[in-house]
Amino acid sequence: MKELLKFITCGSVDDGKSTLIGRMLYDAKLLFADQKQALVLDSKIGSRGGEIDYSLLLDGLAAEREQGITIDVAYRYFTTKRRSFIVADTPGHEEYTRNMAVGASFADLAVILVDSSKGIQIQTRRHARICSLMGIRHFVFALNKMDLIDYDADRFGELKRHIDILTAETGLRNYKVIPVSATEGDNITTESKKLPWYHGETLLEWLEQVDVHMEEEEGFVLPVQRVCRPDSRFRGFAGQVESGSIKTGDEITVLPGEERARVSRLFWTDEERSEVSEGMPVTVCLDREIDISRGSVLVSGAEMLTGNLFSAMMLWMDDNRLVEGKRFLLKLSTQKVPATVMKIEYKIDVNTGDRVPAREIRKNEIVRCEISLTSPIVFDRFENHRSMGGFILIDRVTNTTSACGTVSRKLGRSENIIRQDLDVTREMRAASLDQKPLTIWFTGLSGAGKSTLANAVEKQLAARGMHTMLLDGDNIRLGINNNLGFTEADRIENIRRVGEVAKLMNDAGLITLTALISPYRSDRRRVREIVGDGSFVEVYVSTPLEECEKRDAKGLYRKARKGEISEFTGIGSPYEVPENPEITIDTSTCSIDEATDILMRELEQFLR
Amino acid sequence: MLYSIGKDSSVMLHLALKAFYPEPVPFPFLHVNTTWKFREMIEFRDRRARELGIEMIEYINEEGIKQGINPFDHGAAYTDIMKTQALKQALDKYGFTAAFGGGRRDEEKSRAKERIFSFRNAEHAWDPKNQRPEMWKCYNTEIRKGESIRVFPISNWTESDIWQYIRREDIPIVPLYYAAVRPVVERDGNIILVDDDRMKLLPGEEPVMKKVRFRTLGCYPLSGGVESDADTLDAIIEETLSAAESERTSRVIDKDSGSASMEKRKREGYF
Repeated sequence: MKELLKFITCGSVDDGKSTLIGRMLYDAKLLFADQKQALVLDSKIGSRGGEIDYSLLLDGLAAEREQGITIDVAYRYFTTKRRSFIVADTPGHEEYTRNMAVGASFADLAVILVDSSKGIQIQTRRHARICSLMGIRHFVFALNKMDLIDYDADRFGELKRHIDILTAETGLRNYKVIPVSATEGDNITTESKKLPWYHGETLLEWLEQVDVHMEEEEGFVLPVQRVCRPDSRFRGFAGQVESGSIKTGDEITVLPGEERARVSRLFWTDEERSEVSEGMPVTVCLDREIDISRGSVLVSGAEMLTGNLFSAMMLWMDDNRLVEGKRFLLKLSTQKVPATVMKIEYKIDVNTGDRVPAREIRKNEIVRCEISLTSPIVFDRFENHRSMGGFILIDRVTNTTSACGTVSRKLGRSENIIRQDLDVTREMRAASLDQKPLTIWFTGLSGAGKSTLANAVEKQLAARGMHTMLLDGDNIRLGINNNLGFTEADRIENIRRVGEVAKLMNDAGLITLTALISPYRSDRRRVREIVGDGSFVEVYVSTPLEECEKRDAKGLYRKARKGEISEFTGIGSPYEVPENPEITIDTSTCSIDEATDILMRELEQFLR
Repeated sequence: MLYSIGKDSSVMLHLALKAFYPEPVPFPFLHVNTTWKFREMIEFRDRRARELGIEMIEYINEEGIKQGINPFDHGAAYTDIMKTQALKQALDKYGFTAAFGGGRRDEEKSRAKERIFSFRNAEHAWDPKNQRPEMWKCYNTEIRKGESIRVFPISNWTESDIWQYIRREDIPIVPLYYAAVRPVVERDGNIILVDDDRMKLLPGEEPVMKKVRFRTLGCYPLSGGVESDADTLDAIIEETLSAAESERTSRVIDKDSGSASMEKRKREGYF
């Protein structure tokens, strides 16, 4: 098999990325006859007046051909005498930056196109930074459209100086600058007579010979994908070796934790071997029983970090903005845990590289932030072990991949703050009160009857000799949360604090009732995690909007309708209905007393 | 795992066996049968399932059979009803949230744009303009109820990779891939095998014996063969590497409505 090079083409819109690849395939005679024929036919009706439009070879989606732009990454495969190639042609529009990043995460080398007649654009800089963020270490700057600047050596020299400045500023070390014209075919696969002053390689020649081998990462690393257990005698741990190698008899460490064992058997898929190495899909058997599951990492001679707080550089890809306190699922290697973006440290100005303070982050911005996890994971700095330092954030409501990022460094909170075990436990406090601590969380629209019901339920519980506490949304905002406003970040923090206080009350043995609109599923899910699933009872007060608005006890709906309150839940801002509440109650169809009776009956099972 | 009996499916099946070894493959295989597959394909499928002890589910759109839908009279509607609709029905019937397929990006231009994890809404539709970003090997597999994922693990393999892997691993494939003398007719520039007596000959058409092989397999009336002497794997690989035409030219259905036809079918739920 020939050596494989995976590269991308990127750069600003209309710099000629698709055309360049099309041209390369065409000139290197790497097209099938039917593809060539279709190309000629399609070009006749295209925008180049019957001249062959090489970009049509790559823009495969109907919308792309209609608009004459690239929307998503296209992968092309070709082989020359010296190498096999996979090229990802990526979109230049800022709108589709995330698709460009997809291509970049896959590649060893980036060909960044620059339109010589226009010079370096903001997208050129953005793409150079994203390539670097995603881990590309080798670059070619193809100064395209040399025909438009009359193959001028002086102009080329000037552009090259601009590129030297850009690479110095972005920290790109291995780069090559090549003058080309994709439409005219100059210097793509063959030397051009129009560029007599250029004595270097053509683009294809360079791609055929460039050495992109990375330095080897330290030690043996195997993130476990699954436990293989065909019968009671065989127990193996399967995954792909991310770095290094290991032999039978070697000692490995299982992370998290520090348990050690020796390798008893090794399989490279269905073939038993005495040694396995980087890139192989393997199954490892150990000489003793250790608790290992998906997400565990087997290492030997490699230092990893374990913790629940780190600092990371991210590309934000979601249409919704990122604000501090927002919750996600974080996926890193084979581990997946709930995570919070605790702090936005700064964003990068893609044009100048400056660090800019920011409170919120928009789509396609590069941000440095602190990420906190609900439980510790095994990770490393991206530059030490790529597979253990690259991660994605998944939105918990839309399931979209909101961001991708790389770990910059571990942060120390988890080292310095260690949970103190207390001698008097929650169980002992609860036992002395003779009750089971619970958080009964009332959620629903303003005016649905949450406070009234919570109040009535608390009276009933108190009458039965139970020890309770009611946390009311408005009262909390007047006290512990009086420094919070109504921005998205503040709303999230408001709910988080109430959740933490409710948990403290539970730890004290109390039954806590809360009455807050709490319109977002992700916030309520987070509170459930803080409080603990077994102690959390979500009560959805499902009184319909029309009824709440008719009641309008506080006159808020009237104000919202008049536009005096913006983003009022139910009017200007959504209420996300609970998917699986423990109890649902509608106060528009029964009296308060009846509703309270129903609730008390439903609560019985949780109180025991 | 979708199993179409072709060479890519043979490779996928082989990879699945290896991936879970020494455990048996923990999921069933699904063949959507249009009832117009080459006879040798069905024989091969049943033999492999028996030999390997894998669970092979066959699904046929019985409604389409009742209506007498066939590739000769119904053209594009046939593909839609017997393949696309049948696949959707099968996935719904068994409630699969994810299905592996052997699609490769080098096959066709809209495939070249598809992610490895490709998401479908409750109607099985693909939204090519709004695909989830897919970074490194960090796959986002979260879905909502009703949604499903099509997974293409061999997206980045080429036709040549497939053949070389079949040779290296000695993977059994349907004999139709090897050149042999077979009864065929030439129709609209395609060489079509007369596989059974449902093949309606046009006036003046006379089956002739020719040494042919097939680069892709599907429904016999829609799969064009090529004249070839390649009756060994080495000969096939040599022929593939020096081929002047891409493999999909022999698929009659791809030429139905121009370059965007595959994307259109995929948006509608075709694999």
